[in-house]
Amino acid sequence: MTVSQVSFGTHEAVLEVKDLTVKYVGDTRSTTAVDRVSFSIGTGEIFGLAGESGCGKSTIANSLMRLLKHPARISGGSIRFGGKDVLAMSPEELRRFRWQDVAMVFQSAMNSLNPVLTIGEQITDIYTTHAGYSRKESLRRAGELLELVRINPVRLKSYPHQLSGGMRQRAVIAMAVALKPSLLILDEPTTALDVVVQQEIMAQIKELQHELGFSVLFITHDMSLMVELSHRMAVMYGGRIVETAKAADIHTNPQHPYTQALMGAFPPLTGPRVPLTGLPDGVKFRNIPDLAEVSPGHYVAPFGAELLETGALEGATR
Amino acid sequence: MSSTMTGAAAPAAGVEAGPALEIRGLSKTFPIGGLFSRKAVRALHDVDLSLGRGEIVALVGESGSGKSTLARCVARLEKPSAGEILLDGVDVLKRDRFQASREYRSQLQMVFQDPFGSLNPAHRIEHFLRRSLAIHGKAGTAAAAQARLEELMATVGLQPDMLNSYPHELSGGQRQRVAIARALAVEPQVILADEPTSMLDVSVRIGILNLMRKLRDEQGISMLYITHDLASARYLADRTAVMFAGELVEEGESLDLLANPAHPYTQLLVSAVPDPARAGSYDPVRRAELRAAVMSPASCAFDGDPEQPCSAEHPVRHRVGAPENRHWVRCHLYRPAAGSAGHALAEAKVS
Repeated sequence: MTVSQVSFGTHEAVLEVKDLTVKYVGDTRSTTAVDRVSFSIGTGEIFGLAGESGCGKSTIANSLMRLLKHPARISGGSIRFGGKDVLAMSPEELRRFRWQDVAMVFQSAMNSLNPVLTIGEQITDIYTTHAGYSRKESLRRAGELLELVRINPVRLKSYPHQLSGGMRQRAVIAMAVALKPSLLILDEPTTALDVVVQQEIMAQIKELQHELGFSVLFITHDMSLMVELSHRMAVMYGGRIVETAKAADIHTNPQHPYTQALMGAFPPLTGPRVPLTGLPDGVKFRNIPDLAEVSPGHYVAPFGAELLETGALEGATR
Repeated sequence: MSSTMTGAAAPAAGVEAGPALEIRGLSKTFPIGGLFSRKAVRALHDVDLSLGRGEIVALVGESGSGKSTLARCVARLEKPSAGEILLDGVDVLKRDRFQASREYRSQLQMVFQDPFGSLNPAHRIEHFLRRSLAIHGKAGTAAAAQARLEELMATVGLQPDMLNSYPHELSGGQRQRVAIARALAVEPQVILADEPTSMLDVSVRIGILNLMRKLRDEQGISMLYITHDLASARYLADRTAVMFAGELVEEGESLDLLANPAHPYTQLLVSAVPDPARAGSYDPVRRAELRAAVMSPASCAFDGDPEQPCSAEHPVRHRVGAPENRHWVRCHLYRPAAGSAGHALAEAKVS
């Protein structure tokens, strides 16, 4: 049973990932970072991918963009974007696919701006390279783009170090949507930012999404943030998806013990103080089975005592 | 600073009745610019904070608010420009003028943010704990030391056989437990925890918070918990103090403070925490109002009142709600040092 049939609403899937498997191949042994993962994202849908460091969520993002480098290797499965097979694209097709069809904002992307070029030069670069506009036209559009994320266009002449962290992050997001992609991948877009700025950036993304209608793949470990923003989400553990459902369902009724532990890691801001329990140190889930539907649209990997491992030391990697 | 608030700081009758740790008027400025520059940046200004016996106090604020500078000053890694740090009623800045004495270290221990950097990878877990015992003269006989090591491991919820492991064999949460065990080895009265969970995987964070609460409940250790995460402060701490631009702007019982934030900056922080249970999460108009309120100069209602004089130079702590909540706000019409406040909030400035 795969989850690729689960699409939000009735609209068509923009992205379909089926049984994706990614391995990091070494000389003596190889590690499976992503193991038979399937999901789909509908038009205009915000899909969240939650999980801890090392669970494979960034590897998925990088494989969608075909950015994986040796020793990582996609060893199975398919990625289809708008009917096209992403894994079969030629370098020239890929060049157009990236940024025009799918754009990505990396973790601490604000530090990925070139420090010796002004913001304006970096944005006009996108238009001259990918869209073939003249310099003057590109500059006009770059100004509009900054206005879209509420940055004064005079900032086109600024260098990245003259902007605050939040402004830089917004500039990067503006650059990502410059060519009106149909899918935006956000890999921990606000991790390095303070909470007040984080909320403003997220509100901005929501607004842009409303205006431009793109789909979003949103990757984070902050469950509260994810539930607030996403329509539908999946929780990853050890390279596998352990639960996927509408975000509201996962918030009110998490089924898998790992999902429950993740939700429990974020104490509520209201109500009485109730003791919470996280995942005990050393507890591991092994051989996670395929997902099974527990209620309409809510899929959970079966779990039981036999799939739990409580060996404290054995297998601890970090 | 003179506080007009009643019923908060209980007068210290004897040493035992007083707070475990008391910070009075602590200030720290860092010089900036060249050798002959007279410019300075104000990281802490006139901070008063007390930590009762067996009490957990959270210090929250954004990055750059000065909370880590406060931690570094209390840990004696940084020399404060002015103020007093009283441990058990003794001003340690006067007693040990230049650096922390061993006595101070045996009373106050730190747990740092990064358990991957704070444990030497070349040594076994046993080494860290044994060394703590030896330095502070708590080792005793070999058998007693070994029993103590195993007891410490059990206290923090680790298997005794893990004493023979190296740090790389442990998960982040387990390493942080070792760091806590190392702090406990010297039997401190106060533990200073600077973002102890922010580097850990989210699913084990709550376990560390539960451990800290357990240590307080069972051993009566006072803790200063420094964090940017309001939700965890509410979960763990009895009282929460909010720091903004180097000053404490509000303080109170955690539940009361987060339910009824009085200072616009606290309101700003609380409203920004993602909370799936909250409806209508983001209101840009309200946000702009709060920002403006934090920045606006105005006169206080208590201006000209001889009983409660309040002015920009000497802002008053006003009580919020019932006295038992111990909730006060630094006069919210007062701007905490216009320059630094603007720096902390204004988007246009360089971060």
